[in-house]
Amino acid sequence: MKKVVAILMASLMAFGLVACSKSDSTTTTTAAAGGNDATTTTAAENKDTEGTTAGGGESSGLIKVGIINNDPNESGYRTANDADLQAMFTKENGYDASFSYSLKNDEQIQFAKTFIQNEVDYLLLSAADVAGWDSVLKDAQEAGVKVILFDRTINADPSLYEASIVSDMAKEGQTAVDWLASQNLPEYNIIHIQGMMGSAAQQGRSGALDTKVAAEASWNIVTQQTAEWNAEKAQQIVQSVIDSGAKFNVIYAENDDMAKGAVAALDAAGISHGVGKDVIVMGFDCNKWALEELLKQNWNYDGQCNPFQASYIDAIIKDLEAGKAPAEKTIIMEEKGFDAATIKQEDVDKYGI
Amino acid sequence: MNKSLFKKITGNQMFIPLVALLLLAVINLIVDPGFFKVSMNTNNAGNPVLSGYLITILDYGSELAILAMGMTLVTAASGGQDISVGATIAIAGSAMLRVLCGTNPRPEAIQAPIIVAFLVACLVGMLCGAFNGALVSIFKIQPMIATLVLFTAGRSIAAWINVNKLPIVPDPKFAYFGGFIPGIPVPTTVFIVLVCIIVVALVLKFTNLGLYTQAVGINEKSARLNGINPTFIKFLSFVILGLCVAVAALIKVSRLSTINYSVIAKDIEMDAILAVALGGNALSGGKFNMWASVLGAYVIQFLTTTLYKFNVQSDALAAYKAVVVILLVFFSAPKVREYLSAFARRFSSKSKQRESKGEA
Repeated sequence: MKKVVAILMASLMAFGLVACSKSDSTTTTTAAAGGNDATTTTAAENKDTEGTTAGGGESSGLIKVGIINNDPNESGYRTANDADLQAMFTKENGYDASFSYSLKNDEQIQFAKTFIQNEVDYLLLSAADVAGWDSVLKDAQEAGVKVILFDRTINADPSLYEASIVSDMAKEGQTAVDWLASQNLPEYNIIHIQGMMGSAAQQGRSGALDTKVAAEASWNIVTQQTAEWNAEKAQQIVQSVIDSGAKFNVIYAENDDMAKGAVAALDAAGISHGVGKDVIVMGFDCNKWALEELLKQNWNYDGQCNPFQASYIDAIIKDLEAGKAPAEKTIIMEEKGFDAATIKQEDVDKYGI
Repeated sequence: MNKSLFKKITGNQMFIPLVALLLLAVINLIVDPGFFKVSMNTNNAGNPVLSGYLITILDYGSELAILAMGMTLVTAASGGQDISVGATIAIAGSAMLRVLCGTNPRPEAIQAPIIVAFLVACLVGMLCGAFNGALVSIFKIQPMIATLVLFTAGRSIAAWINVNKLPIVPDPKFAYFGGFIPGIPVPTTVFIVLVCIIVVALVLKFTNLGLYTQAVGINEKSARLNGINPTFIKFLSFVILGLCVAVAALIKVSRLSTINYSVIAKDIEMDAILAVALGGNALSGGKFNMWASVLGAYVIQFLTTTLYKFNVQSDALAAYKAVVVILLVFFSAPKVREYLSAFARRFSSKSKQRESKGEA
């Protein structure tokens, strides 16, 4: 008996949670999305449902898009990416957009099926995993839903999607390594802090450095460890190298958080870092606070990973609506690398995420 | 005489963690005696600091040691574990940042005194603990299932508290808690752990908390018949763990003056549970030894630091911890224990026989 009551109570509570997160969604869409592991919120339906034709949408009505993204809590990059999409796909810009978030591929596929059933015009997809999308994209094609990939590619036949807008991670790594080579140090002793192993960002950014280290005699890896994008882990890894007494003069961290963790360890040990100091600090992603560190010359380099794909997607949709196919299937976004010696306040304001 | 002393030593709960600690120390001593070198340096703020592997272990083991204390109580009282501590660290830390930074993620100065932020974090931590405790003690849900709720939702709640922003605390004083106070070369975290240990020791000495917790853990029904309220004791243990979580959150947030909700204190719940197990405490509840758990926490950090030193890939660390778990489970299994004690008895009786023969 007690057990039955307990189960009932638990399920009641669970329903209560779900109910809460739904009713909140008008004011805090992202919060509701965060409350559960995966939720679908329709941004448009919560806004005033009476005619908003003044918004400048097409006379025939709004373009219906379904957007499948990763959880915006994942990183600063994702938060900026989601905010960019939310700002672009509004009623004012002629879109009726629904957002859904998950870090799990199978849940994302479920969302895609739901969107196809709801007869969206466009399906925008940042896939959690490269595999498993063929059949659902074929369904989309048969239903006349056009698919645009952003941020991440998938292993599927290119005929199944209209375009894919991605960052070239290998190029990001190459830009960073070229910059490092241009510093002309007599010797490079590098602490290489990697991201989550197997992720596209890690592979691209590690690959360029690995190739260079293998090719040059004066480039050495002191330690190569994954900190899984985690600042605390990076701090421990660098702390361990410092404790061992090994000499190093470059920290190549594959994102800003890990660079920050590494710098915390350097600060505690009294090792100077930054422009013209003992250790060169390199990060990626161009968080605003990281670019400010560059401006203060505490760090040396930050590579951009462009999260602002919405304008590219918008242009493609406009073209497709006008009957034009995009010129190229794969569109690689422009990405910069910032040097502490040349960075300006405008760059921080413009490119910081 | 000899045998009883031997039994006393091996029977003591501190035996397993101490042996593990010695083993790790000896391995490090053989491979590289420089492991134990502690030197005085100056940090970038110009203050004297101690550094070396041993200091690193003491420093980075702090959060785990504090969590292990709370986890020991929860384990003893409820016979289950709280798997939501990592997520509640994110929640408490996020609340702390919200109070310190207000709505602006990059304020010029802190918006509230640090102590206020810490007290709010304590309150939030205890509320999370109370939520878990209520599910476990009142609704009689298994602890692991009950805490699964916050384990799943916690990090999202933490992100929601700061509307997905990642604030950075501008005040350098805030960094003292996870770093060094100017002029004192010992990491502040060591003092925080010491304070926690003293408080817990006083509470255990001057209240019936320890006794009641064990009574509830060993037999809930008989505890109730003796006038103890098991519901309250279980509830209380979770609230105390919530307080420990808040202290750990203070250290974690202070280390970098910011947090990342999705990765802060990741997998720390498993380490905390492992610390309790390493301390020789039965994970099914009942009798407990708080200090063995604390020692267990430092053993885990010792192991982590050692593995980092040997350049073991950090994503493989979990595999080495798994080996420790397997060994623990193996040696605490009743079958193995029976066999070992039988073996010891046979061995001692043989030597006795030999002795008596020699006398004859």
